[in-house]
Amino acid sequence: MRQVLATIAVAFTLSLASSVSAQSLTVGFSQIGSESGWRAAETTVTKQEAEKRGITLKFADAQQKQENQIKAVRGFIAQGVDAILIAPVVATGWDAVLKEAKEEKIPVILLDRQIDAPDSLYLTAVTSDQVHEGKVAGDWLVKDVGAKDCKVVELQGTTGSSPAINRKKGFEEAIASHANIKIVRSQTGDFTRTKGKEVMESFIKAEGGGKGICAVYAHNDDMAVGAIQAIKEAGLKPGTDIKVVSIDAVPDIFKAMAAGEANATVELTPNMAGPAFEILATYLKDKKEPKKWVQTESKLYTAKDDPMKVYEAKKGLGY
Amino acid sequence: MQTTLISGAITRKLRRLAPQLAALFAILALITAISPGFLSVTVQNGRLYGSLIDVLVRAAPVALLTIGMTLVIATRGIDLSIGAVIAICGAVAASLVADGYPLVAVLVAVTAVGLVCGLWNAVLVAFLDIQPIIATLILMVAGRGIAQLITEGVILTFNNDDFAVIGSGALGGIPVPVLLWLAAGLLVGLLVRRTALGFLIEATGINRRAAMLAGVQARFLLIFVYAVSGVMAALAGLIITADIRGADANNAGLWLELDAILAVVIGGTSLNGGRFSITASLIGALIIQSINTGILVSGFPPEFNLIIKASIIIVVLTLQSPALGFIAGFFRPPGAGQPIGTASGEHRAADKAGTTRTDRTATSLSTGERAS
Repeated sequence: MRQVLATIAVAFTLSLASSVSAQSLTVGFSQIGSESGWRAAETTVTKQEAEKRGITLKFADAQQKQENQIKAVRGFIAQGVDAILIAPVVATGWDAVLKEAKEEKIPVILLDRQIDAPDSLYLTAVTSDQVHEGKVAGDWLVKDVGAKDCKVVELQGTTGSSPAINRKKGFEEAIASHANIKIVRSQTGDFTRTKGKEVMESFIKAEGGGKGICAVYAHNDDMAVGAIQAIKEAGLKPGTDIKVVSIDAVPDIFKAMAAGEANATVELTPNMAGPAFEILATYLKDKKEPKKWVQTESKLYTAKDDPMKVYEAKKGLGY
Repeated sequence: MQTTLISGAITRKLRRLAPQLAALFAILALITAISPGFLSVTVQNGRLYGSLIDVLVRAAPVALLTIGMTLVIATRGIDLSIGAVIAICGAVAASLVADGYPLVAVLVAVTAVGLVCGLWNAVLVAFLDIQPIIATLILMVAGRGIAQLITEGVILTFNNDDFAVIGSGALGGIPVPVLLWLAAGLLVGLLVRRTALGFLIEATGINRRAAMLAGVQARFLLIFVYAVSGVMAALAGLIITADIRGADANNAGLWLELDAILAVVIGGTSLNGGRFSITASLIGALIIQSINTGILVSGFPPEFNLIIKASIIIVVLTLQSPALGFIAGFFRPPGAGQPIGTASGEHRAADKAGTTRTDRTATSLSTGERAS
């Protein structure tokens, strides 16, 4: 509770400080689209963060198409905005339009994803570290089980996708030096609830009715929600009989956490714009180049963090 | 006389289903060899429990879709929209349940939405004469957008135990989804086989113009099959939504239309229309789900999932291929498998060489064999 208050207080002072320094900036934001709840939340938070700082935000939804994003960025350049935020849909093909922005001396900040272009073409990239997310989840489990033996089943994201690869890698790094924790089964649940439930059902059956499973690690919360239902239907108690740890921190997992059915989740914050605006304000004031990569915090939430309150706060963000 | 007729009908049915049944049992045996305990079924919390039951439950959406798809394909059509119809119906169901409407009202409304979607396809195909693959592609593309509009882009969740029964409840120990697809299969099967509907659908599929000239109301039949397909998609949507207690407009029913088409093809119904078997298609759906569940319990890394699935399916389809039957014919000793009567012999020859299937039905049409 005190921690939450402190965070709010810090955020408040920061926003006060920056709203003084940023005098009615105009920033263009080229968003990928609204393919997921998280993406929608990112859009909402970006708009909120801009409003908080008195920044005029010009928003463009690219509907998953790079040509729309490039068009939007050119539009922003033509309008003479003070800065441009891009959540790039793909990694390649940005050089030309970024050069145009650079010629007009408009700083560009990448949100949420990196690109394959010389880093002199943009000011900085604000992203999460997916390997670190997996590691935070793994560290929680290591601490929670202590010296006890623990068989873990893993619900992977879509096979071959970078969050699936990185979140697996991070988790494995965290448990590598702890011989008592082992991943016994790992399958893809395609990041969806339906598949998460189906895969968990078969894991429970394959592991002798689920008695041997100590924890499930899901690469996203949606699969964890599906797994929780599968655990319940097998006559076990999620959160107690089988611990549930996942990544993303979408509102629904906090409801499960409040009911004692989920144990921990690692936040992929939708607030990439907040740090971006801070960097921008400092840069415009001091003209000093910031670091080329700014990592957002991968905050761990457990039942101690008043899940219902977090749920209420996140509910309206468009997840 | 009566009994010999019935037993004759059963033998003929079994012979028709033999390749599918053989494939299903072979796959189940293979999975059991890899992970023993796959076949064990117990009773837990008053309901059947086990991997085999999982196969039956998880097969429900595709099995339901397959029933409609078989009829559509029999008319030489195809319905690509059913995955999107699932998303629409799921979204409608979740929003109505979340708003507190009574269960019966939700079921009626969702079925009606599925019916409307089916009728939309039917109008495009039957009256505007748009090719089915394009006509249904329209709703396939637009449908997810419509579903997104209904859910407002979020996963719409609800907390309603009555509705959840459709996805994860049990009646007399048997999971509700299983009962649903068995009942739907039985109902539609009886409807088309105990009346002339199935026969007329086959006629339409073989040659729509000839059928119309012979007095078959082809338009009505097309409307019927696409409507059935839409309603089956609605039922599948109800199951999927009730199962996860939420409507995921992005992912619900994604690519299931392709699984349904595959199940129909595994079931031996030709994409060229004509002769069809709903039972065989349902076994096809079970084959697909057995592979899916088998991969999950086997413990292979997920990178192999699609390769394993594809390899098994190509084996199943190769074994059924008409060309293989033709080659096998050369190795059969003369006299072996001689038919009892010439008529059934002709049937069997037609069964083996799938290419003549449509001709066979055409002949029986002209001679009025079935009509008598």
